[in-house]
Amino acid sequence: MANPLMVIENLHKKFDKMEVLKGVDLTINTSDVVSIIGSSGSGKTTLLRCVNLLEEFHEGRILIDGEEIGYTKKNDKRHRLSSSILAQHRALTGMVFQTFNLFPHLTALKNVTLGLRKVKRMKKEEAIETARHWLNRVGLLNWQDHHPGQLSGGQQQRVAIARAIAMNPKLMLFDEVTSALDPELVNEVLSVIKDLADDGMTMLLVTHEMHFAYDVSTTVIFMNEGKIGEQGPPSELFQNPKSQRLAEFIKNSTF
Amino acid sequence: MDYRLNFDAVWRDFDLLLSGLGLGLSLAVVSIFIGSFIGLLAAFAMISKNNLWRRIAVFYVTAIRNTPILVLIFFTFFALPQLGLRLGKIESFVFTLTIYSGAYLTEVFRGGLVALPVGLREAGLAIGLTEWGTKIWVIIPVMIRSVLPALSNNFISLFKDTSLAAAIAVPELTFYARQINVNTFRVIESWAVASLMYVSACYLIAAGLRLLERKLAIP
Repeated sequence: MANPLMVIENLHKKFDKMEVLKGVDLTINTSDVVSIIGSSGSGKTTLLRCVNLLEEFHEGRILIDGEEIGYTKKNDKRHRLSSSILAQHRALTGMVFQTFNLFPHLTALKNVTLGLRKVKRMKKEEAIETARHWLNRVGLLNWQDHHPGQLSGGQQQRVAIARAIAMNPKLMLFDEVTSALDPELVNEVLSVIKDLADDGMTMLLVTHEMHFAYDVSTTVIFMNEGKIGEQGPPSELFQNPKSQRLAEFIKNSTF
Repeated sequence: MDYRLNFDAVWRDFDLLLSGLGLGLSLAVVSIFIGSFIGLLAAFAMISKNNLWRRIAVFYVTAIRNTPILVLIFFTFFALPQLGLRLGKIESFVFTLTIYSGAYLTEVFRGGLVALPVGLREAGLAIGLTEWGTKIWVIIPVMIRSVLPALSNNFISLFKDTSLAAAIAVPELTFYARQINVNTFRVIESWAVASLMYVSACYLIAAGLRLLERKLAIP
């Protein structure tokens, strides 16, 4: 077996005194599609935000391709890295947010090219070509000159996916990306994600779409009270939950 | 009362008034330009987690906004030389107006910054921009657009404050209007023309900024 793409070791995260992650261990291999499910407050989103280094964490390590991200040890003391190194580490992962968070002052095309130009330092033509390739993949090439305010929620979210994946990350992170969408717009976003998964993109998703998690995942993780409660292939987890908590959670979820 | 309007004396020196208006506009542009940078930095300092930066910014804004600008002008021009910093009258006035506009613009920018959604910064960071990169390419462009109307008001107000430079004999519009008044005794004419010139200039600035607002508006 090849080296894992990402390893999370013993991750602990506190908000003030409240511990939301209580020692999470997780390994993700290339082309894995890992879905995190669990009730709200179980730490799903926080885990994702730690991987993208948007949250600080207090103990444990995250390694991508064997390199620790976010922190370094100096004289036995743990330090958060500088803004510019954090930025480099963040670029290893692509994040898609629940609330899209597109840049409202830029067109769809420029939302995608900004990172290519300013982070990847691509030439203008190359950046535009790359951006148009990905906008085409998410079915929005005809909308490239529209601003986010002129797009539907589903379209905005697809631009956000294009913006993240155009940066060529090793791992895509999806944080409840359909939760803020009208029901009829959910499928267009899910089918884009499925399309990327079929292409071999490695993904870690937090989702409430159980049917989708069942369909698309190689592994499903059930988070419970800041820890991984259960973990396994979707068929196993959904059909033979080992714990009472997971059985109840699945019973109460809509498919 | 027997006062006959006669604008001849004013028209004879109209080029002086025009040059005064030109100088006033230049003083305002330079001061507001530098003041905007100070205002941006101080606004970021005000919302920063760093206590020291925040305190320095709060002190600056509080001190400047609670001192009348005429006092600041006199302080820079008369008091600073005593402390060893001798500036020409134009430099001295630009220095004062810069510091002064910086303090007012800080409040405008701070208001714009706190109103932005948190997700904007995170989205910038998530594509791999640094904190400063996110500020420059995402936060500031979006914030500026939202505060443009307030910014326009401040710009006009700061431009009108250049009339106070006459107090230290900077040859701008008010200075020449008073000179014409004193030399010719054409009191009503000189001040009426000067007033009209201020009104026209402010009107044009406002129109220009409204145009800019429309051009930069986010669809």
